[in-house]
Amino acid sequence: MRFLTFHQILERKSILLLIGILITVAIGGLVEIVPLFYLKSTVEKVEGMRPYTPLELAGRNVYIREGCYTCHSQMIRTLRDEVERYGHYSLAAESMYDRPFQWGSKRTGPDLARVGGKYSNEWHLEHLANPREVVVGSIMPGYAFLAGTKLDYRNIGDHLKVNAMLGVPYDEEMIAKAKADVLAQLDEDSDDYEAFAARYPKAPVGNFDGNARDVTEMDALIAYLQMLGTLVDFTVYDDQANLR
Amino acid sequence: MQQNSPTLSFGEIGLFFLSGATFLYGLMAASRRVDPIMEIHGYLIAIISLAAIVLLAARATKAGKVQDHADPYNMDVVKAGVIASTFWGIIGFSVGLVIALQLTFPSLNFDTAYLNFGRLRPLHTSAVIFAFGGNILIMTSFFVVQKTCKARLAGEIAPWFVFWGYQIFILMAATGYLIGGTQSKEYAEPEWYIDIWLTLVWVTYLLVFLFTLFKRKEPHIYVANWFYLAFIVTVAMLHVVNNFGIPVSFFGSKSYGLFAGTQDAMTQWWYGHNAVGFFLTAGFLAIMYYFIPKQANRPVYSYRLSIIHFWALIFLYIWAGPHHLHYTALPDWAQTLGMTFSIMLWMPSWGGMINGMMTLSGAWDKLRTDPVLRMMVVSTAFYGMSTFEGPLMSIKAVNSLSHYTDWTIGHVHSGALGWVAYISFGALYCIVPWLWKKDGLYSNKLVNWHFWISTLGILLYICAMWVSGIMQGLMWRAYDQYGFLEYSFIESVEAMHPYYFIRALGGLLFVLGSLIMAYNLWKTVKSGNPVVARDTSKTPMLRQGEAA
Repeated sequence: MRFLTFHQILERKSILLLIGILITVAIGGLVEIVPLFYLKSTVEKVEGMRPYTPLELAGRNVYIREGCYTCHSQMIRTLRDEVERYGHYSLAAESMYDRPFQWGSKRTGPDLARVGGKYSNEWHLEHLANPREVVVGSIMPGYAFLAGTKLDYRNIGDHLKVNAMLGVPYDEEMIAKAKADVLAQLDEDSDDYEAFAARYPKAPVGNFDGNARDVTEMDALIAYLQMLGTLVDFTVYDDQANLR
Repeated sequence: MQQNSPTLSFGEIGLFFLSGATFLYGLMAASRRVDPIMEIHGYLIAIISLAAIVLLAARATKAGKVQDHADPYNMDVVKAGVIASTFWGIIGFSVGLVIALQLTFPSLNFDTAYLNFGRLRPLHTSAVIFAFGGNILIMTSFFVVQKTCKARLAGEIAPWFVFWGYQIFILMAATGYLIGGTQSKEYAEPEWYIDIWLTLVWVTYLLVFLFTLFKRKEPHIYVANWFYLAFIVTVAMLHVVNNFGIPVSFFGSKSYGLFAGTQDAMTQWWYGHNAVGFFLTAGFLAIMYYFIPKQANRPVYSYRLSIIHFWALIFLYIWAGPHHLHYTALPDWAQTLGMTFSIMLWMPSWGGMINGMMTLSGAWDKLRTDPVLRMMVVSTAFYGMSTFEGPLMSIKAVNSLSHYTDWTIGHVHSGALGWVAYISFGALYCIVPWLWKKDGLYSNKLVNWHFWISTLGILLYICAMWVSGIMQGLMWRAYDQYGFLEYSFIESVEAMHPYYFIRALGGLLFVLGSLIMAYNLWKTVKSGNPVVARDTSKTPMLRQGEAA
């Protein structure tokens, strides 16, 4: 048994053992992770993807903070029943600006990858505040406190800036106008709305929480939920386009 | 003798500066008020730093005494680890019970910001994995490495920095979840500043462990230490890579990760599955390799098997992550690799189980008389079961049914409760009489009660989750005779209710068992019979008249 005599060396030299372990555990990760950054087929090019609006990004951070991912996935798998229940299967490109990703691991509640536009703002408001008054049998916690909490968006420009540093295509104008864009998304009649809508096509607009006085966390969260899965137009999406 | 001019070690001076720096940072972060989370954590950091400075000063004034070692080993830090892990275990299991009840009776969320399921769930997972499991691992590794190397733990203040630094990490992470600080990566939820702190603590841990190995008086490194070393090194690698990111503000809590979307998902589950593979498996296999042979008073079954299963296990585990991402937007080639390696992983896992269980050959009768040994052997049986179930669930066809359902939760808990917690309880039952030099536990009968109550709890838990998980999966894909989906989503939620109740009942039994253990350990320390002039750590079973 030659390998036993070889192993005696590792058992006697802790540094060699350490190096042996490091090499052994590095291989799998290198093979599985590194190619994802340079294989073009990993994230196919798709029409319609844009970065989150400042309000949506703030809403996404509320979603993360409340741990919504512990019960809701955002990943429709390529299975018949899921496509029929939730819509077109999720594309890698649809989460290309997600830091971190929100694919989730558990569906105590339904998948939310394409929840955008499925329900009205009023439905979301009522459902988030009192889930069981809208869906009998739901076991979701109530989030009424979000409607009473003002959104802190003083530094929202910095959030865009960091995302831009990491590669999300926010341009200087988007960063400079970030605060104004929060307000523009809540009011379609405001002066800034047109410029905002040009920057962020297809962004849902409206007074999401029905309270015109304050910008609340509820506004942000509903704005985020209402855009989920709406950016890619699947009536013109060609699933063969990226095949090589 | 007290010295008037205290001498400070390099580590103590370093810690003084570190505490001073974190104190200033805490105050600045709190006063800038970038976000409410950092405001609270800033004050917390400042208070902890101040306490550290005071304790260091108190230690420095009696520095002369520290050099006298009555015990050739540093067992005080191990004792502290016993107390911490028992404490965090009960907290972690109890929070698990609370969230199980929240899923059964949603009004228990109380609809507040701080105690809803979404915030308590990471508190539960982190408390059981990192607070309970982590303390068990640090504590037992400090014990085992000293005993098997016949050397005192390297450093004087360094092991204490690891212990207290780790408790501070737990405190920061746990309070962070409650006030909303999370980066939402499962089992890696703490934000960037807590991650940096943990990196510092973990590197110190690695150094303490390595330097103790350097000092060893035995020519060979014992097999348990290979597993501990692999666990410490790999967790360092996983933690650092998965948490790469940029904070929005140096004085704010929020950060954005370096990776996005698909790449982030792959990195996260490379981390996530190996938190299972290295934190919850390799580390606890080390416990198995020390405590089962000790308690059974038998050598490890096969030396060759331990070599093969060690290298095969650590090589294969790293590849298994993509089985969390079957049928998703992760490229197919990665999914297939993940599935293939997960199935292969079955073999080294069972190699480990066989090595642990067969260590009892020639001593099977002890299962009747020694409830502690029984607990540890049953833990290897649960290990074998869940490492068979895992590869099964990683097969894409099975995974299409099981993924996103309670089956996963049941699988995790058969491993976490049956394997990780049971081998930990076994280690605690062994180590408390050894450390406090008692002639056995306060009550073996109570160990028996603990064993049966919590085993019943585990069975209720995993059976309920098998039924509810498979039912969920089948309901989601059921079609009626006209080709439409048979059930709405909410119908599947309502169908879960009785099983969620049974699961909570199982959890309650498990918490009760852990309370019985805590009482038994406490009574052992307080009122057990002292050992007279006998090294019990070497011959724990001597009183049963074991023939050589």
